[in-house]
Amino acid sequence: MSTVADGLKRGSAAIVGVAESDLGEVADGMSVIDLMAQGVARALDDCGLTLKDVDGVFSATTQSRLSVLALCEYLGLDPRFTGSTIVGGSSFEYHVAHAMSAIERGLCSVAVIAYGSTQRSIGRKQASVREINPYESPFNPFMPSSAYAMAAARHMHQYGTTREQLAAVAVAAREWAQLNPAAWDRKPLTIQDVLSARMVSYPFTVRDCCLVTDGGGAVIVTSADRARSLKKKPAYVLGCGQSTTHSAISSMPDLTVTGAVASGKAAYAMARLGPADVDVFELYDAFTINTILFLEDLGVCKKGEGGAFVEGGRIGPKGSLPVNTNGGGLSYCHPGMYGLFLLIEAVRQLRGECGERQVKDCEVAVAHGNGGVLSSQATVILGNEATV
Amino acid sequence: MPAKSKSPLNTYLEHLEKGELAYQFSPAAGKAVFYPRLVCPFTGSTDLEWRVSKGLGTVYSTTVVHPPKGNPYNVALIDCDEGFRLMSRVEDIDPMRVQIGQRVRLRVHRPGGEEPPMPVFVPVEGRA
Repeated sequence: MSTVADGLKRGSAAIVGVAESDLGEVADGMSVIDLMAQGVARALDDCGLTLKDVDGVFSATTQSRLSVLALCEYLGLDPRFTGSTIVGGSSFEYHVAHAMSAIERGLCSVAVIAYGSTQRSIGRKQASVREINPYESPFNPFMPSSAYAMAAARHMHQYGTTREQLAAVAVAAREWAQLNPAAWDRKPLTIQDVLSARMVSYPFTVRDCCLVTDGGGAVIVTSADRARSLKKKPAYVLGCGQSTTHSAISSMPDLTVTGAVASGKAAYAMARLGPADVDVFELYDAFTINTILFLEDLGVCKKGEGGAFVEGGRIGPKGSLPVNTNGGGLSYCHPGMYGLFLLIEAVRQLRGECGERQVKDCEVAVAHGNGGVLSSQATVILGNEATV
Repeated sequence: MPAKSKSPLNTYLEHLEKGELAYQFSPAAGKAVFYPRLVCPFTGSTDLEWRVSKGLGTVYSTTVVHPPKGNPYNVALIDCDEGFRLMSRVEDIDPMRVQIGQRVRLRVHRPGGEEPPMPVFVPVEGRA
């Protein structure tokens, strides 16, 4: 478990601007840096800051090796602080902690965190370099699906979790997506539809797996003091925690327990909050099992009870616990590294900007990022003015 | 010029060529280490002993990959009795019938050509 959060001060920084770039299938010839820059411009507009205010730049993508340099060049920036941590889809939750740390130390004052991907337009194989692992690749696992599928199979074996319960996660995500005009797939979806879809890697059908879309965006982080003078209501960073447990799935200590236990514990401790205080959970749902694992590991329900927990629409728009209110990686958008979108949705929920899908009286939101094959976990707890 | 270290991968593959599944043991940690490496992940010690597995294990988890073309096939994680886990597949059985908890035995598969040998597993007799 990382100790980076231990030195951070609850509520010392806030996310003040958020924006998606174009999503879904972007225009021909669009680059990932185009999408990052478009996200930055929109997110700055969202909070009323300008490029001149930006002195910290963070980015991650699989399609540009030195993306922070490309983005700075594109935007004409020579920032005082840069960060390029890349640990998969949770990178942006790590960036929030790192930006907060830099702001607290006076190393920068306004940080942008940007992401871009054109994986749908150019094809998944072109979007990231295939790495050969001599101990795994010869067996041709369909990655990352097969890794998550084995976590699901183990969870089913140990706890009696069913394919129907996994499917309930996809159905809830779709119901939320139907309330989000920006969502990629808003067609009705039933549990039976999920079960009878094309099998990918047992127990997952294609409907247990995230979308393959283009997309990007940016969030802007600044000090709490500065945040209060800006256009929109700040989303204060109350807690952060990270944990990296492995890289390859064959090295994951226990396929039913993720690093979210440690990252959540650290984030809750810093926020001085517990799972019962959280009004909305944005959980990295690359696959249906993720939502179940993270509900358990973040303490919403006990280990092994996640499958039963998600039954009956409990995490859907009509349920008692709002989870993945934008439709998630399963139905809204998944350009490969989804973590930035968790932050965007959490902030919008705290501001009350979510229209039909708005969670009532939303004061505390969790954005929980996941990277690799359940490898890197990062929890960010955000709160509105009432929580600081 | 200082001597070059032999790569852990090549030592592992040399054992496989002989029909053996090699792993490492860390005396400092008292634990098996897999995949093979130069530094013990439990203690940081560079003292790692090579050992040869008896080739018996238990299926820890399993999936069946359905490729766009071709037949579905098994991918599994195997917990070897010596206390290490590796990715592999279980052969000689319908891939959907591979069960978590099933006992399996090593069989070194030789794909031929440029491909190095691979440690695959088959059901232990009488338990398939």
